[in-house]
Amino acid sequence: MSDLFTIVMTASGLVFFAAGTLGLIRFPDTHSRLHALTKADNLGLGLIALGLAVQVPGLADLFKLVLIWALAILAAGATAQLVARIAAPADLGEEPQSPPDETGDGETRRT
Amino acid sequence: MIASLFDLTLCLLILAAAGAAVFGRAAFMAVVFFIVYGILIAIAWLRLGAIDVALAEAAIGAGLTGVLLLAALARITRRIDAPEPSTGPDRTTLATALASLVIASAIAFAFLTLPEPQGLQERVAENLADAGAENPVTAVLLNFRGWDTLLESIVLLAALLGIWTLARDEAWGGRAGPRHVTRPGGVLAQFGRVLPPIGLLVGIYLVWAGSKQPGGAFQGGTVLAAVWIVTIMAGLMQAPRVADRALRAALVIGPVIFLALAVAGVVAGAFLVFPPVHAGWLILAVEAVLTLSIAVTLAMLVFGPPEEEEKP
Repeated sequence: MSDLFTIVMTASGLVFFAAGTLGLIRFPDTHSRLHALTKADNLGLGLIALGLAVQVPGLADLFKLVLIWALAILAAGATAQLVARIAAPADLGEEPQSPPDETGDGETRRT
Repeated sequence: MIASLFDLTLCLLILAAAGAAVFGRAAFMAVVFFIVYGILIAIAWLRLGAIDVALAEAAIGAGLTGVLLLAALARITRRIDAPEPSTGPDRTTLATALASLVIASAIAFAFLTLPEPQGLQERVAENLADAGAENPVTAVLLNFRGWDTLLESIVLLAALLGIWTLARDEAWGGRAGPRHVTRPGGVLAQFGRVLPPIGLLVGIYLVWAGSKQPGGAFQGGTVLAAVWIVTIMAGLMQAPRVADRALRAALVIGPVIFLALAVAGVVAGAFLVFPPVHAGWLILAVEAVLTLSIAVTLAMLVFGPPEEEEKP
């Protein structure tokens, strides 16, 4: 029973990853691509983690699984925001307001 | 069946990522594929059961080297209005290719002419009781083959000195790297607040666990360095001044104490030998100071040379 649950959940997670990858390749501009990618990260990884959660031997492992998922979501969300901010002027057909710096985030200003 | 299918796919992906990194037209593409390659290699080490190496590869090979390459790329594109690479292979390319070929052949020759491997696992297992660490990898790195680790930590310092020589005279002594300013309460500033507590926990755990299970000074040190880098990139702290005495002490304390213990070993019998009775806590102490030095050195490598001397 739990095996079936795992198979169904991880399989649907993989579908989201595949769809996200397809979107990354096919979508026309940065914001649409980010949209596709973040869906893959949140839902895809979430479903896979959920599917694996019923297989773990102990609570400690369950905690690690949840932590991995939470950290991946946090990192994906934050980087998506930063990439989007960098890309915003270009996508709107404007000149970039400041040159991208070596941290590559849209908030940093070199002084 | 499924396992070998997975391994086969992994091998193909590694080759593809390596190919894209080497033959990629754009430098940025090469760097991105190098990072992907590092992560795939880490998974490969995991499949081979070498968890210590996998951790090190993921943290240093993919993570830290990737950041260094990205930073280097940003510096290069800022300085030079990137001229398009010429289409034909020029002399430098040919010379590099030739040198790579010679090295690859030498390694292949050395590998193929190796005597039938006896494996050192048994000898390590026999002597593990005297090593002061239950994790055989840590025992080899810090005791049986302490040489390698000692020299590696000194190599890191040499690399940092190399980067510092890029500083302009008037900037010397100032804060390392550019100053990062972020919007207070913005995404990056928040991210820089959430991540460090978790990173500190993971980094210190990796070092502490290293004597019994996979982990150790290099892996833990890299995670701690990443915590520091995130905090500074998020604008919550400023990079230290390269003239700071505390910073310099932190940079050298690991190699110095390691070297001092190695020399002290001469009194007990031989260079770089820990007496079995004391090996346990000695290794833990060396790991602790090495972690500090590795973490600080790696982070300073990423920050780069001092750029502007601050006006008081």
